[in-house]
Amino acid sequence: MEETNLDIAVKHGIKKEEFKKIIKIMGRKPNLVELGIFSAMWNEHCSYKSSRVWLKTLPTKNKNVIQGPGENAGVVDFGNGDAVIFKIESHNHPSFIEPYQGAATGVGGILRDVFTMGARPVANLNSIRFGSPKHPKTKYLLNGVVSGIGGYGNCIGVPTVGGETEFDDCYNGNILVNAMNVGIAKKNKIFYSVASGIGNPVVYVGSKTGRDGIHGATMASTAFDLDSHEKKPTVQVGDPFTEKLLLEACLELMKSKCIISIQDMGAAGLTSSSIEMASKGNLGIRINLNKVPCREQNMSAYEIMLSESQERMLIILKKGKENFAKKIFDKWGLDFSIIGELTYTKKLEIEYNNEIVGSIPIHALGKNAPKYKRPWISHKLPKKKDLKKILKKIKIKDVLLKLLSHHNFSNKSWVWEQYDHMVMTDTVQAPGGNSAVVRYHKKNKGIAATIDCTPKYCFAHPYTGSMQAVCETWRNLISVGAQPIAITNCLNFGNPERKEIMGQLVDSIRGIKDACKFLNYPVVSGNVSLYNETNGQSIYPTPTIGGIGLLKNLKSMITFNFKEVDNHIMIVGDTKGHLHQSALLYDILEYKDGPPPEINLKKERKNGLCVQQLIQKNLLKSVHDISHGGIIISLAEMCMSGSMGCKIELNNIYLNKINYLFGEDQGRYILEFNNKNKLKIINILKKNGIKFEIIGKTQKSNFEVQEVLKIPITKLTKINNNWFKKFTLN
Amino acid sequence: MKAAVIVFPGSNCDRDIKIALKRFNIKPIMVWHNDTFLPKVDLVILPGGFSYGDYLRCGSIASKSKIMSEVIKHTKKNKLVLGICNGFQILVESGLLPGVLMRNHNLKFICKNIYVKVINNKTPFTSKIKKNEVLKIPIAHNEGNYFIDKKNLKKLKTNNQIILQYCNEKGLVNKESNPNGSLINIAGITNTTFNVFGLMPHPERAYDSLLGGDNGKYIFNSLLNYGRN
Repeated sequence: MEETNLDIAVKHGIKKEEFKKIIKIMGRKPNLVELGIFSAMWNEHCSYKSSRVWLKTLPTKNKNVIQGPGENAGVVDFGNGDAVIFKIESHNHPSFIEPYQGAATGVGGILRDVFTMGARPVANLNSIRFGSPKHPKTKYLLNGVVSGIGGYGNCIGVPTVGGETEFDDCYNGNILVNAMNVGIAKKNKIFYSVASGIGNPVVYVGSKTGRDGIHGATMASTAFDLDSHEKKPTVQVGDPFTEKLLLEACLELMKSKCIISIQDMGAAGLTSSSIEMASKGNLGIRINLNKVPCREQNMSAYEIMLSESQERMLIILKKGKENFAKKIFDKWGLDFSIIGELTYTKKLEIEYNNEIVGSIPIHALGKNAPKYKRPWISHKLPKKKDLKKILKKIKIKDVLLKLLSHHNFSNKSWVWEQYDHMVMTDTVQAPGGNSAVVRYHKKNKGIAATIDCTPKYCFAHPYTGSMQAVCETWRNLISVGAQPIAITNCLNFGNPERKEIMGQLVDSIRGIKDACKFLNYPVVSGNVSLYNETNGQSIYPTPTIGGIGLLKNLKSMITFNFKEVDNHIMIVGDTKGHLHQSALLYDILEYKDGPPPEINLKKERKNGLCVQQLIQKNLLKSVHDISHGGIIISLAEMCMSGSMGCKIELNNIYLNKINYLFGEDQGRYILEFNNKNKLKIINILKKNGIKFEIIGKTQKSNFEVQEVLKIPITKLTKINNNWFKKFTLN
Repeated sequence: MKAAVIVFPGSNCDRDIKIALKRFNIKPIMVWHNDTFLPKVDLVILPGGFSYGDYLRCGSIASKSKIMSEVIKHTKKNKLVLGICNGFQILVESGLLPGVLMRNHNLKFICKNIYVKVINNKTPFTSKIKKNEVLKIPIAHNEGNYFIDKKNLKKLKTNNQIILQYCNEKGLVNKESNPNGSLINIAGITNTTFNVFGLMPHPERAYDSLLGGDNGKYIFNSLLNYGRN
């Protein structure tokens, strides 16, 4: 057995004090296999050692939550015995090194997390962020990531129904690929990863184990330097075809009552899956590596334990059900091998070639892994600046046209037309709307799903920005007529060993906590990705939020395209004209100082619930939330998607037009409704004490703001559709 | 009417077609690729998806699977076969339809609603549609770029085997309305006896206006009409 020392430990990303702790736990120096296992389990990606103490503060329970964080994915109640299972996960580091495979396996991993729990996956979403379009790698990364996401999701046949794609200099050295999956299951048919029953067989199913992805999780827990491309061999290679077979085989087996528990082999492969299951069940596990199906010859114990080969699952079966289960995997042409059994020892014991090659106390690896309360500094709200000078020369029409052709505001169909968003024939709101809506299969209810974050707000003030991300998902769900249920979060940050970065993480979690608590909108699953920095340059704090909502009746679903001419257009919520960190200042004028828009949770909730009520009473024709770019961009989007114009009058407005049109104040919506419902709507808004103003009407063919601009919708659409095609062709 | 839907490993539109068939009162029977026996049916459907992961070449491994020899026998009895998307690729690979389906000219997967014009309505698959009618049906594929040599293209034309052509909303067949680079905008063809039909668009995704369109119903209604007679 190979000896280890501190040098080898450091190469495994283990710190001096951690190595001492290992020796103390083991009562001896670990051998190389054991050290590799500690490294895989104690890295940031698997152990959450920097974030765990803070994550605990998040609200994770309410009457809708069936399973919160700690399982493969979160589970919420969807009524009538139905459940929705969902989670988001990052695949940032691998996607930067090898964009196609990195993104593809990100999708594959999150799919497995969801179907491991007994769910049929029904929707993929993603949030992808790249560096500046001018950066030489951006085009290559964009093409690779989008093809990779499509390549995996399209093949397995789960629609990719929503997401966001953005560019910012801060991602030049570290792109973000966050993949989310949503699945459905019966409430009483959920599968968990808690092992039980000493002597029960441990079964390996799926693809064979190869040498790919060894130490992927460790790689994902360090910052990049100039040589990061040398890490290519640590990126896993995906095979969506095998995953499709694995999905069908697992769901078929789950119909029977053979499974005690099941866990996918994700980060840190066989190591983390076996340890997590045994640790949760307070048991031991014994594995014989000679029984593991291998793709290559002469793989070492170290390699088998740490491989991150994809499309593999570990199952604890009820004893005696082995043959029944094997038949199902044979039918689907997948490997099925009994590799060990559960024991009473509370140890992970590994046997290879008739020798014990590793023996580690289970709880040292799981429950008792190190956790740190790292030093941090909170970030103050920046002061507002005097913007008069900067805004002096602004021409509203020019800015509108610039924004619509800007990379962050242009139409993203170039991206989502590469994703099969229709397969399974339940997609009732395709990408490009407020939220995606997927019909709950064979029922008249729907799942609304959205994914949002505004990193520039989070960088300016992590606490407010993170509240905003939660609120924006909430608003997007409200805007399709759904009742927001719960979120999953993916916290992408820089190096937590730096006080200011740790401060961003702490402030961000506080922001999410406060918003979720207030909105009764718990966090049921999530993932943390740290060390997103290159040569000391960190990304903006990016807490990506995935929100899920319930549409009790698909008949009350609503969209944002204008529907009929001569309808009223109303703004709901307070417009104060906040321009700091707005599209106008940040993206067009490149002025990046000042605070993000304020979040008022009381108004957020009040306005949202009132709009929800108006939708349910069937009083509205269309609804759009007001977000990046302000009222003017939201109006333009409603026009373009409805191929219909509008005429806006601002003569009686209390603010200057630039602030009114481009301000990014939160908690606001635009409504379209017929004159016959006007009084009813106004009454309801007044009764609830909600601020509103009617600013104009829909009309044919022109986008018109009186005395400011008049542009044919066809022209807006053309400008809005151009950027991606041009960028990717050159 | 009864239809056998062949399920290959990697098929992913098998459930979708099953649901659509039921909607139009056609009874689906799911048949596993390894089976050697085809139930007594009027229609065999090769569904969309990624049979065998599209490895080697789309549709090529599936075209050699056990059930395909039964499907070929079935066509010889002048019974119907419908291949949608990957099913069309399998039909081409198995030689039941002429030509090839290459990668889309932009080398990207394309999923969107497109328009097709019905060129020949005198087939069991299109009898309930007017000639030159324009249908809005989605496509979702990476390899739908149809090609055939000049001599055989001429044959296709003379025999009226070209059933669907990509067009714009108004029915104009031109370069702009061609999503994938297909030769003369070909979206669907039959064999010379009109009982084997392959098409790239997915009629099963367009059976309900809630899904963004219901024009797929014309094809199912045509099949039902054929079944009745």
